[in-house]
Amino acid sequence: MKISEQWLREWVNPDLSAQALMDQITMAGLEVDGAEPVAEAFSGVIVAHITACEPHPNADKLQVCSVDTGSESVQIVCGAPNARAGIKVALAQVGAVLPGNFKIKKAKLRDVESQGMLCSEKELGLSDNHDGILELVDSAPVGQDVRTLLNLDDLSIEIDLTPNRADCLSIAGLAREVAVLNDLTLTAPAIEPVAATHQDTFPVTLEDPVGCPRYVGRVLNNVNVAAQSPLWMVERLRRSGIRSIDPVVDVTNYVMLELGQPLHGFDLDRLKEGITVRRAQDQETLELLDGQTLTLGNDILLITDASGPLAMAGVMGGEQSGVSPETRRVFLESAFFAPIEIAGKARGFGLHTDASHRFERGVDPALQEIAVERATRLLVDICGAEPGPTQVHEVQANVPVPATIALRADHVKSALGLEIAGEEIQRILTGLGFAVQETAAGEWQVVAPSWRFDMAIEADLVEEIARIYGYNRLPVTQPKAALGPRGKPEQRVTTAAIADRLAALGYQEAITYSFVEPALQQAMFPKEAGIKLANPISADMAVMRVSLWPGLARALTYNLKRQQDRVRLFETGLRFRETSKGTEQIAMVSGIATGSRLPEAWYENGEALDFFDVKGDVEQVLSLVKGVEFDFLPGRHTALHPGQSARIERNGKLVGYIGALHPSLARHLDIRQPTFLFELRLDRIVKTELPAFTALSRYPGSTRDLAVVVDEETPVADLMNSIREMAGEDLESLTLFDIYRGKGIDSQRKSVALGLTWQNPSRTLTDEEVNSLMDSIINTLQTRFDAALRN
Amino acid sequence: METLAQLHDRALDAVRHAKETQELDDLRVRFLGKKGEITAQLKGLGALSAEERPAAGAKINEVKTAVADAIAARKAELEEAALSLRLAEEKVDVTQPGRRQGKGGLHPVTQTLRRMESFFTAIGYDVAVGPEIEDDYHNFEALNIPSHHPARAMHDTFYFDATTLLRTHTSPVQVRTMEAGEPPFRVICPGRVYRCDSDLTHTPMFHQMEGLMIDTDVSFADLKGTVEEFLRVFFEKELAVRFRPSYFPFTEPSAEVDIECVMCRGDGCRVCSQTGWLEVMGCGMVHPNVLAASNIDSTTYKGFAFGMGVERLAMLRYGVNDLRLFFENDLKFLRQFN
Repeated sequence: MKISEQWLREWVNPDLSAQALMDQITMAGLEVDGAEPVAEAFSGVIVAHITACEPHPNADKLQVCSVDTGSESVQIVCGAPNARAGIKVALAQVGAVLPGNFKIKKAKLRDVESQGMLCSEKELGLSDNHDGILELVDSAPVGQDVRTLLNLDDLSIEIDLTPNRADCLSIAGLAREVAVLNDLTLTAPAIEPVAATHQDTFPVTLEDPVGCPRYVGRVLNNVNVAAQSPLWMVERLRRSGIRSIDPVVDVTNYVMLELGQPLHGFDLDRLKEGITVRRAQDQETLELLDGQTLTLGNDILLITDASGPLAMAGVMGGEQSGVSPETRRVFLESAFFAPIEIAGKARGFGLHTDASHRFERGVDPALQEIAVERATRLLVDICGAEPGPTQVHEVQANVPVPATIALRADHVKSALGLEIAGEEIQRILTGLGFAVQETAAGEWQVVAPSWRFDMAIEADLVEEIARIYGYNRLPVTQPKAALGPRGKPEQRVTTAAIADRLAALGYQEAITYSFVEPALQQAMFPKEAGIKLANPISADMAVMRVSLWPGLARALTYNLKRQQDRVRLFETGLRFRETSKGTEQIAMVSGIATGSRLPEAWYENGEALDFFDVKGDVEQVLSLVKGVEFDFLPGRHTALHPGQSARIERNGKLVGYIGALHPSLARHLDIRQPTFLFELRLDRIVKTELPAFTALSRYPGSTRDLAVVVDEETPVADLMNSIREMAGEDLESLTLFDIYRGKGIDSQRKSVALGLTWQNPSRTLTDEEVNSLMDSIINTLQTRFDAALRN
Repeated sequence: METLAQLHDRALDAVRHAKETQELDDLRVRFLGKKGEITAQLKGLGALSAEERPAAGAKINEVKTAVADAIAARKAELEEAALSLRLAEEKVDVTQPGRRQGKGGLHPVTQTLRRMESFFTAIGYDVAVGPEIEDDYHNFEALNIPSHHPARAMHDTFYFDATTLLRTHTSPVQVRTMEAGEPPFRVICPGRVYRCDSDLTHTPMFHQMEGLMIDTDVSFADLKGTVEEFLRVFFEKELAVRFRPSYFPFTEPSAEVDIECVMCRGDGCRVCSQTGWLEVMGCGMVHPNVLAASNIDSTTYKGFAFGMGVERLAMLRYGVNDLRLFFENDLKFLRQFN
C-alpha cells in the first residue's frame, strides 16, 4: 500500500522527521518498503492561463500561445496537442529549473520567441505521462507556485503489510498505530451523518448471510458525473498509485484509502428490481469492468439483481452496471464480506484488486455506515448528489464479534522474559482501541476493537504489548535447559563423511534442482514415470527427478560447454518415485565423471579415466562401511553401457549402479568423451560395523603366487570367491596383481595372477599344509572354471 | 732395496690416488693382507737379533697403522664424495607441482549448512530431516495455516494435486518431530524447500534451516539470545541485530531479524538497499495452535522457532552477488570455495 506522508500527518503528526517516522512504523511491524518524493525537485513553475493560441508561422506542429502569468502576458511556443485557449497550465518561466537540472532560458523556436515552457507531467517528474501538457483545475490561482498548488513537498510511502494487519490498509489504521506509538491523539476529519434529502431506497436481500452478513446501501440522485474531482483528491489518489477516473469512482477509492472500506457505486438506472447477495449458480457468467467474462461456480459470492450477476462480491464490479458518463443516479454499496468467502477467489481468476486485497484479509465489520456517510458527504460536495436514507441490511448472528481475551501479567512476563508494568500494558492496549478491564490484580479482561479481527488468544495480546513496547527494548537471555546431549552412533556412516571422501577423491559437490527436464529423464529412465508438478515453473523443470543423474548430466554438459573437459561432480539428495506403496523419497549419493584420469600436469599422460577409476572411487566410498562386502555384479541399466555397468549389492539388496553413460545418451547430451556415472542409496550404506579387534599373529606368513588361464567370460570375482572358499580360515590376503591377454594365451582366454598369503595366529604353517591348500585350490579352479595353470 | 720409509711413502701415495673404494680394498690386501707387502716386512723380523726386533717391529707396525688409517680416511673421503655426487644427482625442483588427483570440494551451501549445524548441535540441538514431497496438513494445516489463509499466497506453492505439494519450508519437519516425540525439543531442520518463483533474487528451490526449542521455561528473551549468539558466531563479528515485529501464522509473537549490513557496516550500500540493514531470518514464539496440533500441552510447554535461508547467509558470508550461481554448478564458481 502506498500513502502520502502529508495525508497521514493530517491524521496524526508526531514531531519526527520523515525518516524517523518511517523507521518507527517499520519497527512497529508495518514494514516501510520505500519512499519516493511525489515529484522530483524543480522550481520556477507557476500556474498560468492560456488566453490565446495561434498556429506557428513556420512549423505545422507548434502553436504560439499567449499565457497570462498573473503579472504579465508572455509568449510561449508549445508543441502539445492539448494546448488551447482557456485552460490552466504549469508554466516553467525563464529561470526555472526542471528535474534533471534542466534550466529554462529564453529561446527562439523556428524564429519565434518563447519565454518559457508549458510542462507535461513527465517534465515535472510527476509521472511518465507525456501525451500533452498538464492541465490544472480551473480553480487554480494564476501565478501560484505549482509545488504549492499540488502540495508536492511530500513523500509517497510504500508499506508492505503482513496479511494479519488488514486494519492498517488505510490512513485511519496507520494513523491509529502512529498515535499509540507516540502517545498522541488522532486528529481525524469529523465524519457526520449526512441527512437524507429524499426517501428513495433500493431493496437488498442477503441470501447468503454467512458470506455477506452486512450490506449498507444508499441511493444518490442527481449525481453530476461530469464534475471534476478536486485536485487534492486526485493528488492523494495519485500518491497512492491510483488514477483519477470520474468523481464517483474517485470518491469510492478515496474513502477506501482513507478508512479501509472498499465501496462500489452502481448506476441505479441500470439495476433491476433489487439487489440480492447470493452464491453463483453453476456456469453463471459475469462480464467484469475490465471487459473479461468469467464463468463462475457456486463457491463465488455475487451481487445480483433481477436480471443476473452485477458484480463479483468483494472483488470487482460488472461492466453493465458501473457508473458511466450517462449516470445520474448512483446506488452506493458498502458491505462486509466474510474473508473466507473472498480469500483466493480473485486469485483463482488471476485477479487482484484493492477490494479483494482488503476483503480477503478482513475489513472492519463496524465500518460500513461511516464509510457511506463519508462518501456521501464527498459526493454531495463534488457532484451535488442528493442522498436518500442510509439503509443497513444485517444478519447480526453472522457478523463477527470481537474477541474477549483474558490476559495475565505473569503470562506476559514469562512469555517475554520481562515484567512490564500493569499501567503500561493498559496504556498500550487502550491506545490500540482495546477495551481493558482489570478483573483481579494482574489480570484483565480485554475486548478487541472491531478492526482487530486478528486477535484471538492471549499470545496475540502479548505480541501487541511487545510490539508497542518495542522488541528491541526486551531483554536478551540464553535459554536454560537440561543438557541431555544425544551421542552420535558410531555404527552409522554420515552423509557428511561420504561427501568428504568424494571431495578428497577429486569430486566437486553440485546441487541441482529436484525437478528436471522430462525428455532427458525419459531418455535415461524410460521405465520410470516421474511425478509431475501440476504448476511447474517451466517446461524443463516439470517433473521430479527419479535419479540424480539427469541433473548431474546437465551440470556436466554445462561445464563441458565452458571449456572444462575434466569434470567430476557428486550430489546428495532425494530422488522421487511413485510406487505401489506410495511416493518413495530416497536419499542418494550420485556422481558423474569424465575427462582425463588426472588433471593435466607434467606427470600426467592424458589418459582418459575408465570404468575402474570410477569403480575405485566408489569402492573408496563403500570402504567407509566397515565389515561389509559389496558385490559388483554385471547388470543392465537403461542409462548405462550394457558392457560397462554393474549393480552394486549388499547381501543381495540393491545398493546402486555404476557404469559408463550409454553412448546413445552421450549423443543425446552431446558428450563426446567417455563419461561414467554412479549412484548409491544412502539408506543401504548407512549401517556399518564397529571395528572388531583380533590378536596379531607373531608367526611368519606364507606366500604363494598363482597364475591361471581362464575363459575371457569368467568373472575374476568368481575365481576369487572360489579361492577364498578353498583356502581355509588362515588365508590372510588375496590380491589380484595381474591380468594378461595376448601373446602366449588363446585369444578367448586371459591369464589371471593372484597372490595369496596365509598366517595362523598361534603357529607357523608348514609348507606341506600350504601346498595342500594350493592343490585343492588349483583342482577346484580346474573343475569349476576349466582353469589351466600358467607357468 | 726399498726401505721401510719408501714402502710407507709408496703405500700412502697409492692410497691417496685411489679413485674407488674397491681400489682401496685392493690396496688393503696388497699392503696389509696376509701376503701384503707390509705384512711381509714383519716376516723379515726373524732375521734380526732379539734386541733389534722390538724396535724394528714397532716401526713396521707404525707404518701399518699409518697405511690403515690412510685407507680409512681416503675411504671416508671417497664415500663422502660419492654421497655428495648422489645428492647432487638426486636433486629435484621442489617448486614443481605435486603429483595428485584433482581438487574436489563441498558446495558452499553445504559448507554454510555445516557451520550453522555445528553451532546448534554444540548447544544441544538435534538435526532432523524429512520428506520434500509433503502433504498439505504438515506443510500448512498443522502450522496454523488453514486452506483459505492469505498467508498461503506468501508461499507460491508447487502442487502435485490438491493435497500434495513440495514443502515450502522445513517447518513440516518440526511438526513431524513433535508428532513423533515428547517434549522438551531442541531440533534444527535443514534442507531443500521450494517456491514457485524465479527471478534475479528467487530460485524455485533453495535451502532453509529452521530451528525449534520447546521446553517449560522458554521466553522471547531466550529467542533473542539464541538468535543473536548464532549470528555473532556465524559472522564472527559483533554485528548490530534488531528484531522487527512481523507475522507468521505459526508463531505469536513473530519477528523478522535484521542485522547491520555486513558489506557496509550499516552505512547503506547496494546490498542493503541503502537501509544499512539486512533481513536474515524470521522467528517467534510457537503459536499455541501449532503445539495443540501436535498434542503438546501449551499450558505446560512453550517454545520458539526460527528459520533462515541458507543461500542468503552464504551470500552475505562470502560476498556472492547472484543467488542463481548456487544452482548453475559452474566449476569455476564451486572451486572458489575449495
